[in-house]
Amino acid sequence: MNDNPLLALFAYFAMLSLFAVGGANAAIPEMHRIAVEMMHWMDDRQFVDMFAIAQMSPGPNVIIVTLIGYHVAGFAGAGVATVAMCGPTCVVAFFATRTWDRFKDAPWRIAIQAGLVPVSLGLIAASAFVLARAADKNIYAGVVTAVTVLVAAFTRINPLWLFAGGGVLGLSGWL
Amino acid sequence: MSESADLPSAPERPSLYELFSAFLIVSVSGLGGALPWARRMIVEQKGWMTTEEFNEAFALSQFLPGPNLVNFAVVFGSRFGGPAGAVVAIIGLMGPPLVIVMVLAILYARFGQLEVLGRILSGITAAAAGLLIAVVGKMAMPLFVKRWNWATGIAILAFVAVAIMRWPLPYVFIVLAPVAVALAWFMPAAAANAAKTKAAKP
Repeated sequence: MNDNPLLALFAYFAMLSLFAVGGANAAIPEMHRIAVEMMHWMDDRQFVDMFAIAQMSPGPNVIIVTLIGYHVAGFAGAGVATVAMCGPTCVVAFFATRTWDRFKDAPWRIAIQAGLVPVSLGLIAASAFVLARAADKNIYAGVVTAVTVLVAAFTRINPLWLFAGGGVLGLSGWL
Repeated sequence: MSESADLPSAPERPSLYELFSAFLIVSVSGLGGALPWARRMIVEQKGWMTTEEFNEAFALSQFLPGPNLVNFAVVFGSRFGGPAGAVVAIIGLMGPPLVIVMVLAILYARFGQLEVLGRILSGITAAAAGLLIAVVGKMAMPLFVKRWNWATGIAILAFVAVAIMRWPLPYVFIVLAPVAVALAWFMPAAAANAAKTKAAKP
């Protein structure tokens, strides 16, 4: 599997798609583990760059897999990674939505939903941790992160302004 | 509970073209989070769903594995247009971002080593990490507000396993998820709290 990058991309992302409860943001540590630590497709900085690009692009955050796929294997890689990440879960969602409506008040449905909420919360928290560690290489970057937390928590400002602020500070050479 | 299971209570059913263009607009306007745009379009502008229906459908999309918004496109599209509806919703949602991101990928492959670009992107990532921490804080609030319960423990275990131990996500999930669901089954009081987290988010 490790010899053929397309096969590896497909296998890893298809599997990831089925376990990433909480969405693409919950899957960041696992993507990082595979792409940087295990497969050595890219280094820390490239991974973080791709996360930033995906955040700033319109559309779902899951688009980071397209960037990883392109980096690994060009257009074919981008297509394979995107389909692998979205395909299996789309099939699950298609069948789940029918079942779900029918068992709206069933105890097992409530238990599944309530049980998975804290799991996804822990996973998204792990993503935030992994990203902050990769991004905050010095005290100034740490301050940018901390200020963003406060602004995002207590105001309703569009996140794009926070990205812009971070980008300008980065450009200025402080970070 | 609505009186009919398969017919939504919204005034009219969108056509396939309307589904496609709705998700297309959501995807290109959804910079920095498409959810508010999806809600505005579907609930406020088109009136295809009530707020409760939207929240319910979105809760399901969040709870399913995989990208939330893609799941939502499938849930919403298939509800109004069957398999074809799901497909056109996904194409509308993913098409334009894919084109844009491919251009960015090509640019990054060529200019990614530039120091200036690296500086800008690292500033953006520092902000993006902060944004994610804020999201976690908002999600965690209802879970931690009462007192410590099993849900708190599960969230911390998931965090430590993935962030500190760096164990593979599938293993962590296969062990933790059944335990968490079993706990929710036997201790529904805390589960009710956890479910509120879900309802509060969209």
